Amino acid sequence: MMSNVRRMVSLFKGVCRTRTCPVHTWTSGAGLVLQSRSTDVFQNLALEDWIEANVDLRQRGVLLLWRNRPAVVIGRHQNPWTECDLQAATKAGIHVARRRSGGGTVFHDLGNLNLTFFTSKKNYDRRRNLKMITDALRRVRPELDVQATDRLDIVLNGHLKISGTASRLRRDSSYHHCTLLHSADRSALSAVLRPSTSGIHSNATPSVPSPVANLVDHAPTLQWEELLEALVDQYNEEFGCTSALTSIDPSDEASFPGIGLFVSELSSWEWTFGKTPKFSVRTVLDLSEHRSAQLHLEVKNGLVASCQVLVPPDWIPQSLADQLSQVLVGERFCRHGAAAAAVSTLLRLDGTGGRLEELSKAVLRAMG
Amino acid sequence: MLTHQYHHRCFRVQNLRSDRTVPRLTVTLGRNLQTIGYRTLYTCTANHGPIVQFKLSDIGEGIMEVTVKEWYVKEGDKVSQFDSICEVQSDKASVTITSRYDGVIRKLYYDVDATALVGKPLVDIETEAKLIQEEDVVETPAMAREEHTHQEIKGHKTQATPAVRRLAMENNIKLSEVVGSGKDGRILKEDILNFLSKQTGAILPPAPFQDIRTPPTAPPPSAAPRPTSAAMVSRPGPAGPTGPRPVFTGKDRMEPLKGFHRAMVKTMTAALQIPHFGYCDEVDLSQLVQLRSDLKSTSEGRGVKLSYMPFFIKAASLGLLHFPILNASVDEGCQNITYKASHNVGVAMDTSQGLLVPNVKNVQLLSVFDIAQELNRLQTLGAAGQLGAADLSGGTFTLSNIGSIGGTYAKPVILPPEVAIGALGKIQVLPRFDPSGQVVRAHIMAVSWSADHRIIDGATMCRFSNLWKDYLENPARMVLDLK
Repeated sequence: MMSNVRRMVSLFKGVCRTRTCPVHTWTSGAGLVLQSRSTDVFQNLALEDWIEANVDLRQRGVLLLWRNRPAVVIGRHQNPWTECDLQAATKAGIHVARRRSGGGTVFHDLGNLNLTFFTSKKNYDRRRNLKMITDALRRVRPELDVQATDRLDIVLNGHLKISGTASRLRRDSSYHHCTLLHSADRSALSAVLRPSTSGIHSNATPSVPSPVANLVDHAPTLQWEELLEALVDQYNEEFGCTSALTSIDPSDEASFPGIGLFVSELSSWEWTFGKTPKFSVRTVLDLSEHRSAQLHLEVKNGLVASCQVLVPPDWIPQSLADQLSQVLVGERFCRHGAAAAAVSTLLRLDGTGGRLEELSKAVLRAMG
Repeated sequence: MLTHQYHHRCFRVQNLRSDRTVPRLTVTLGRNLQTIGYRTLYTCTANHGPIVQFKLSDIGEGIMEVTVKEWYVKEGDKVSQFDSICEVQSDKASVTITSRYDGVIRKLYYDVDATALVGKPLVDIETEAKLIQEEDVVETPAMAREEHTHQEIKGHKTQATPAVRRLAMENNIKLSEVVGSGKDGRILKEDILNFLSKQTGAILPPAPFQDIRTPPTAPPPSAAPRPTSAAMVSRPGPAGPTGPRPVFTGKDRMEPLKGFHRAMVKTMTAALQIPHFGYCDEVDLSQLVQLRSDLKSTSEGRGVKLSYMPFFIKAASLGLLHFPILNASVDEGCQNITYKASHNVGVAMDTSQGLLVPNVKNVQLLSVFDIAQELNRLQTLGAAGQLGAADLSGGTFTLSNIGSIGGTYAKPVILPPEVAIGALGKIQVLPRFDPSGQVVRAHIMAVSWSADHRIIDGATMCRFSNLWKDYLENPARMVLDLK
């Protein structure tokens, strides 16, 4: 296995982007099929970045097969607070990641296979890639009714989604990745894929929910290994190559120099939450004795840009509620951390008999 | 006359703009009578280049329109070729649009979330005069462009944009002699300027406008770190035997106090309204050090890290049972005093956000191990920036282990609405006399208490401190009083 890796690394080195690479169109016989040994969503997303940045795709395409431990993966321009219940995800130990490609939110677990097709911009053809997948499925289980739709999903029996697509285009490279539900845990999905808090108004890319199915529900004997093999064979046939499945370890910095930087960026708060397009929160906070307050927050780059809390005048002075608003501005839109610290510090001077505390807790609950 | 030293003054000489190779210019400056000569290689910003409409190129798959999702530049920013300009999205594809030209952004045609059309202008870029010949509007594939910009000099391929090659040519510089600092060794304008300054000893002006590098959408490829062209430090004055003295060009930076810091300002201002008095002492922890090292492995076997803090906290709680006034609170006018039933002992923590004080609730009910477990939980949350409001409020008494960072004696500030606080210094091994008069090694820690003198007197604080100290110096006595 190690010699495989070394050989593959030298393979990469040979085709890494250099000035002296002659230009020619992507010819047949040039393809590489890789399988990641990691199940960490950040490492695998970083691996995609690394391949895109370091492998010369003019000469050959690359197919990467990977899967993750339970994680929620949102699209590049989405809002993690609307797509996912962050408290529930943290409790369940489910990571939340933002990928670089567009599209909607998906839930990954070990029963979901991810395929990434890396090509030069010229050879970017998503339909061809999806055709390769449906051909592979039909080959290995001819009774399966699988079709690629106009929206670039793959559906089973005409309406059950088993694959969703997203892609990323840069100056001279592209990748198209998609999911393939083999045996995912659908119950875990519904527990986390719902908004963290109500009242969010945003122009972020919404997710389009669809009924999903697992391949094993309709082809119970289809093993994971069998599926992978069929896909590799079909890839070789469709794109005219003879590549065997090569296993790689993205945590190996020696084989993938610089991948650590990609991992830290992808797992950073600034990327996952800070890249959210600006949005506002408008909601009513329920208080004791049937009273209520109005909350209006604007969030930019994941930070509270402005905050207004309107309270009934006889309940606590509006100036106190304004003090609360002021200490939230500039902090992350998150009920823990700096916002909680700011609020707790302010509460040290509270003389309102617990009402300011009640209001503060209600405001924090409305924050992510 | 300073032959090899030039002063540059950046002044807008509009009428001299068009011709870049200005012959030697002599300018007299006021009373100085210093003769200054220079060649205008690069002058201040002004309208002086053609404005090129950069059109949105074909994305592929017949897509005709996209949504602009994020701008990486704004009007007035300087961009280089291949810098990222914006991010657009179409049909689940996220596309990074990069600049084709060097220049300054003059106009953005779309707002965020607007629909942009393929083939229509996306941004206007003001390029330098006589820059690039008219190229066809559709973006050529990258490989063709790279071929186009190669220049073979003595069989040595060098990459540079046409603008850079022109600059080199005008200054009689061989590209093969210039070290490129761009991607793949590409030669950038800055490299030519650097090369020139080294050659002629010319002092080059700092970039006339801030060199705002647009951030790349993805992290840079794993090339060696690129040297960034920092603004040149101007060097007036003659070159003495020790060399010219660089002038510090740092600037003050002002930013408003927001969020958590603003809350701290309020609280600390109120805190210092409280009349504080201080009381300090030394504690001999030699026996405690022994005890802890005995218990450490048991605790770790249960998955909990055991420090000294759980002992300090438990001892404080045992002391508070005898001196409940230290666990009290006074109202604003100091009219009423509330004796708090729970001992919620706050522990000051140094986190990335600053000093946070989560508290361990109901220490009077917890064992030393329970306290250690709770501390572990709070420390993990603190390190991750995930402490919640519940953990951060409701404290009644605080201990600050500043000694973990350093220091001995301190003057801690009481955190309202509490009335007392203790700061613990670092544990040092110092020589002390034992009962028989021998010098022995002792583990000594300093403690500094502050208390609200409106309701607490020195004697109370002293007795509390003695009791606390006694428990820690003779841990076996804690066993006797454990509830």
